[in-house]
Amino acid sequence: MTERGSATFEEIHSVEKGNFATAGQGAAAFKNMLKKLGVNSSVVRRVAIASYEAEINLAIHSDGGKLVLSVYPGKIRLVSEDIGPGIADIELAMQEGYSTATEEVRMLGFGAGMGMPNMKRCSDSFDLKSALGKGTTITMEFNL
Amino acid sequence: MTVSQLIDALEMKLLTKGTDISREIKGGCVCDLLSLVMANGTEGMAWITVQSHLNVVAVASLHDFACVIVCDGCEVDADTVAKAEEEGITVLSSALSGYEIAGRMYEKGVK
Ligand SMILES: Nc1ncnc2c1ncn2[C@@H]1O[C@H](COP(=O)(O)OP(=O)(O)OP(=O)(O)O)[C@@H](O)[C@H]1O
Ligand SMILES: [Mg+2]
Repeated sequence: MTERGSATFEEIHSVEKGNFATAGQGAAAFKNMLKKLGVNSSVVRRVAIASYEAEINLAIHSDGGKLVLSVYPGKIRLVSEDIGPGIADIELAMQEGYSTATEEVRMLGFGAGMGMPNMKRCSDSFDLKSALGKGTTITMEFNL
Repeated sequence: MTVSQLIDALEMKLLTKGTDISREIKGGCVCDLLSLVMANGTEGMAWITVQSHLNVVAVASLHDFACVIVCDGCEVDADTVAKAEEEGITVLSSALSGYEIAGRMYEKGVK
């Protein structure tokens, strides 16, 4: 936990490609930090859900990336940033039920195509930018 | 009903040590798709599933579920049990189907 820029608190969690056994640790750390800061429990819950879904997507769909949680006086910002492969059709990716998850991870209960819709529903603002071959950046904000 | 009462009523196997089994079960869900549980879960739920890997504990912990019930006699990895103990999540196993467990819980007033 460090003080940086105008954010009161910032915490970064890196996620390696394919490492979904430990996925969820970032979301858990964020949840604990926000609880300690005394953030309203319904906001903590929404940030935890969005962080978890972003974290799992980084592990399953990306070549690696990180989550950055920043707490400002009036809002919380959660950014998921990865190094590729990018999303070809964003509109399609945002549709409930759309998933490119492999059979292997579907067997583990991933791939319902609900993660990004969950993130969007949980956040007060949701912005997704992606470029094939470059990567995907999702910025979510939660009002306090 | 509490987790402890559920264990007795349905003769479930308690896999975790040191977690709070006096917790009240406030609701339930039967689902094997993690992001659906993530979307619909609420605090105090009993989650019935055939999934038993580490991410199940992560989801249960983020939602502060009362317990996870691995049904249909599915095996639970030692890793999962260890992680659940660390997170304070009770994991139960049962040979019964998800349908039967949910039905019996509902009958006993968990709604
Ligand atoms: N960081 C990412 N990089 C590349 N593609 C992604 C990324 N995140 C999501 N996607 C694409 O968007 C699709 C939809 O994502 P979403 O999280 O909604 O569903 P899912 O991960 O497939 O399944 P679920 O989240 O329900 O387990 C994915 O299947 C994948 O094709
Ligand atoms: Mg997903």
